Amino acid sequence: MSVLVVSEQQGGAWHRMTFEALAAGQFASRAMGCPLAVAVVGSGVDALAAELARKRASEIVALDHPLLATYSADAHVAALRRAIEHVRPRLVLFPHTYQVRDLAPKLAASIGAAFVSDLVGMRFEDGAPVFVRQMFQGKLHADVVASGDPPHLASVQAGAYRADSVLDGQSDAPVRKLDVALSRDEIASDSQPPYQDAKDAVDLTAAKIIVSVGRGIREPGNIPQARELARAIGGELAASRPICDSGWLPLDRQIGSSGQTVSPDLYLALGISGAIQHVVGMKGAKTIVAVNKDSGAPIFEIADYGVVADLFDIVPQLIKALGDSD
Amino acid sequence: MDVFVCVKQVMARDAAVRVDSGGTWVREDGVAYEMNEPDTYALEEALRLKERHGGQVVAVTAGPARAASTLREALAKGADRAIHIEDDRLAQADTHVTASALAAAIGRESHDIILTGLQSDDLGYGQTGVIVAELLGLPHATIIMEIDASGGRLRCKRELEAGWFQTVTLPQPALLTIQSGINKVRYATLMGIKRARRKPVRRYSLDDLGVGPVPRQNVVRLYQPQQSKQTQFLTGSSREVAEKLVGKLRFEARVL
Ligand SMILES: Cc1cc2nc3c(=O)[nH]c(=O)nc-3n(C[C@H](O)[C@H](O)[C@H](O)COP(=O)(O)OP(=O)(O)OC[C@H]3O[C@@H](n4cnc5c(N)ncnc54)[C@H](O)[C@@H]3O)c2cc1C
Ligand SMILES: Nc1ncnc2c1ncn2[C@@H]1O[C@H](COP(=O)(O)O)[C@@H](O)[C@H]1O
Repeated sequence: MSVLVVSEQQGGAWHRMTFEALAAGQFASRAMGCPLAVAVVGSGVDALAAELARKRASEIVALDHPLLATYSADAHVAALRRAIEHVRPRLVLFPHTYQVRDLAPKLAASIGAAFVSDLVGMRFEDGAPVFVRQMFQGKLHADVVASGDPPHLASVQAGAYRADSVLDGQSDAPVRKLDVALSRDEIASDSQPPYQDAKDAVDLTAAKIIVSVGRGIREPGNIPQARELARAIGGELAASRPICDSGWLPLDRQIGSSGQTVSPDLYLALGISGAIQHVVGMKGAKTIVAVNKDSGAPIFEIADYGVVADLFDIVPQLIKALGDSD
Repeated sequence: MDVFVCVKQVMARDAAVRVDSGGTWVREDGVAYEMNEPDTYALEEALRLKERHGGQVVAVTAGPARAASTLREALAKGADRAIHIEDDRLAQADTHVTASALAAAIGRESHDIILTGLQSDDLGYGQTGVIVAELLGLPHATIIMEIDASGGRLRCKRELEAGWFQTVTLPQPALLTIQSGINKVRYATLMGIKRARRKPVRRYSLDDLGVGPVPRQNVVRLYQPQQSKQTQFLTGSSREVAEKLVGKLRFEARVL
């Protein structure tokens, strides 16, 4: 019995969440008192495997094939099934990336296993993992136990474990190359190279102060109020995804996993609930202020200053207070 | 073109979530329900596929009796018929049980495209669509922002992280999970609501479909999360709060 961590890379560059999943894997293997294997999937992955081998792990499993150069669910699931046959893990951990959303449920269903997605923590009771995940949009947490035969699969939410806590090994871990038999006609989908629609016109990453609006702003006619506050406080205006989806602000002002990642001195969140996909884009801010009428909104879990109130009462007063004391 | 769309009924967005006395689920008394918001985009996309290519749209749900109102909403917006897999246990079923039920019902009929939302607002597994595809032996693509079904293969715009996209093509039949914001959803018209009453709804039990309600993951405890940061809550009149906040930002956090 062991723990298997599945790393993620594209074109030889790591997905940064790989090392968060590895931190979770090192933690789990210590708690369960069992070995840790790490899988790397792609084409020409020797250098990546060698880099992983320096981390504290008992084995690096390399799944190398030309048809794994670009992602497809079919080829990657086949490769990971091969890794699971070899390692025979009790627990398989992934970073909760877009790619893992696409492949892990298929892998789990194809081997009849449980996949506990997007966990924010883990505990061990008698050596068995209890997974903690968000439910009801982050308003509640749930302790979840997987049943059925191992392996159990789980993915780790961005920021739940710290990449800088990954330990190096005393000596290099052995790299085991596994043969994967794949042919083109087993792969149903065809994926083209990634592109961007338009280069970011506004670069919010340099902004020192950001005033960000969410669905609490209610209608496009209220955006000017927020813009006025941004001007009064000397900051840039940004938004959660639904605001940009609705076209109330341009897409290049969206903060979050599918938008920009910012770390200003001050992030003022107005009527934003604090979904993880938003939070990953702004939790690096030095000071976070949240104004939300729901005291149970998850945004307050990460706010330094919280105001439980109607934003339409607070915003005009803030503009005034900023003006008065200048 | 036979388009199936999976729609789930969930608690309304602004409903108060309160853990029930059993400690593994939420109280359902006095709660309003609505269609899972991501699924409204999947439904709209299904209706547009039909408008462009002809055929039918079938809305499918797995849930307790109350979920019938969500199917009626889908019918009122233009779905041709509906399938209700009805069982009280489906309200809290894990993704494996739900996907097995949906796959069993859809698998009985001829299907070209199956659409789901990306994630449910209550359980939030983000998995059910992909599992349905695997159980039916179909290819899938996730987080889709555009569908072109005019050729033999489906051509989709798939969202990647941080503002990147890619084009994915796949053969039909296929399952796609739809990203919120892909389209502007329509409202039901009065005429649509009237017509919906005469549209057929097929009902199955889990037994009819041969699906055992055996979950692969169980919630053993549901609770309010702990604060990870010390939040200072500012109170008083709006004016007092605003003045306190500006003072704190200037002299305590020193960010102004
Ligand atoms: C794959 C994927 C990628 C995503 N990428 C992103 C992303 O990059 N960025 C992003 O933001 N989201 C993203 N999302 C969406 C994310 O999950 C949330 O749905 C979204 O962030 C919610 O936006 P919101 O907080 O504005 O709206 P809601 O969640 O609806 O919250 C509105 C908040 O406003 C409060 N409110 C309402 N009225 C008032 C008032 N008058 N005064 C004060 N408060 C009020 C409410 O209490 C509530 O907390 C993504 C989702 C997925 C699945
Ligand atoms: N009980 C259900 N009935 C119908 N569709 C569902 C159900 N549960 C999940 N789905 C579909 O699967 C998607 C993903 O849900 P989930 O895996 O729970 O996050 C949803 O957006 C729905 O389209």
